[in-house]
Amino acid sequence: MAIFSVFVVNKAGGLIYQLDSYAPRAEAEKTFSYPLDLLLKLHDDRVLVAFGQRDGIRVGHAVLAINGVDVSGKYTADGKEVLEYLGNPANYPVSIRFGRPRLTSNEKLMLASMFHSLFAIGSQLSPEQGSSGIEMLETDTFKLHCFQTLTGIKFVVLADPRQAGIDSLLRKIYEIYSDFALKNPFYSLEMPIRYVVPLPRFWSKPPCSPSLCAFPQCHFEV
Amino acid sequence: MSRQANRGTESKKMSSELFTLTYGALVTQLCKDYENDEDVNKQLDKMGYNIGVRLIEDFLARSNVGRCHDFRETADVIAKVAFKMYLGVTPSITNWSPAGDEFSLILENNPLVDFVELPDNHSSLIYSNLLCGVLRGALEMVQMAVEAKFVQDTLKGDGVTEIRMRFIRRIEDNLPAGEE
Repeated sequence: MAIFSVFVVNKAGGLIYQLDSYAPRAEAEKTFSYPLDLLLKLHDDRVLVAFGQRDGIRVGHAVLAINGVDVSGKYTADGKEVLEYLGNPANYPVSIRFGRPRLTSNEKLMLASMFHSLFAIGSQLSPEQGSSGIEMLETDTFKLHCFQTLTGIKFVVLADPRQAGIDSLLRKIYEIYSDFALKNPFYSLEMPIRYVVPLPRFWSKPPCSPSLCAFPQCHFEV
Repeated sequence: MSRQANRGTESKKMSSELFTLTYGALVTQLCKDYENDEDVNKQLDKMGYNIGVRLIEDFLARSNVGRCHDFRETADVIAKVAFKMYLGVTPSITNWSPAGDEFSLILENNPLVDFVELPDNHSSLIYSNLLCGVLRGALEMVQMAVEAKFVQDTLKGDGVTEIRMRFIRRIEDNLPAGEE
């Protein structure tokens, strides 16, 4: 998918909406027998690979699932502690899925406010008066596009570097925000945007197309 | 409520009668609830303010106008783009003060007051005060503190409806980055 993430940041730098829609490309699931030849450690409430690399599993990858059961933090979904489970030879052979750890929502909040500050620094560093803030941040794996409205709300889109038309996507997201968020009288300005209503019940064909729609419940299949 | 994906320049057609009736019902209910014209005016202004702070984003998203650099530009955008977009009327701009910080919007016809007649016991009611609140709220979100008030009203026997807009100051706190 060419669009990886959408962030909406309010005037104060707080994240009010976030959507991820990329399939992580670096995930590997392998069956292991005792003893595990990767060294695992607990870091930041996640079980990470500290040393050892094989078959696409790299240092820094987190344990995402054990035997198909998702892992969150240092516990599996059915309550077992990961490191303890993997230290017991009786549980082997075991199938473990490793991958790049996903950002938690707190981390996303923090990164969004950091970006807000960097944006302000960007416009202050400018040699010319009245410069816009950061409009694009380019790396080898993604491009970050940012659009700040006259009222101070920022729309940030992370996309594939080769993806074109992000400017009009940002304007479109602004329109969608002004409709779905602002026209809802029960939505308070500057607060996180939440969607509870499963939209597919209300129409057979959503009015927005999946590649442009920024709202998660709009396009899932019922 | 769903919205057409390719709205573009075509706007949703809705009966303006329903709009006039809705606004009328709103004002009369407020009059019954508050019984005092001054309070009703204040409430209309507050409601208008809440509409304005949301309407500005919709306006900016659809009209693509850039930041206005002085009050004259603002006046032009309000009269020629905003009023046209939302009420379908284009007021004229007159009576600029010498310092350039006050102007009047003259509305030949006000869609809010179609068929409305003010009774004698509501002589100090500013029927369309919602509009003043909308203008105030919308401009506050783009860092301009303004005052908007009706100085002439067709409902009170004047020939035209006149809104006087006065620029108070630029709002310096919470400026978006890059706007200093």
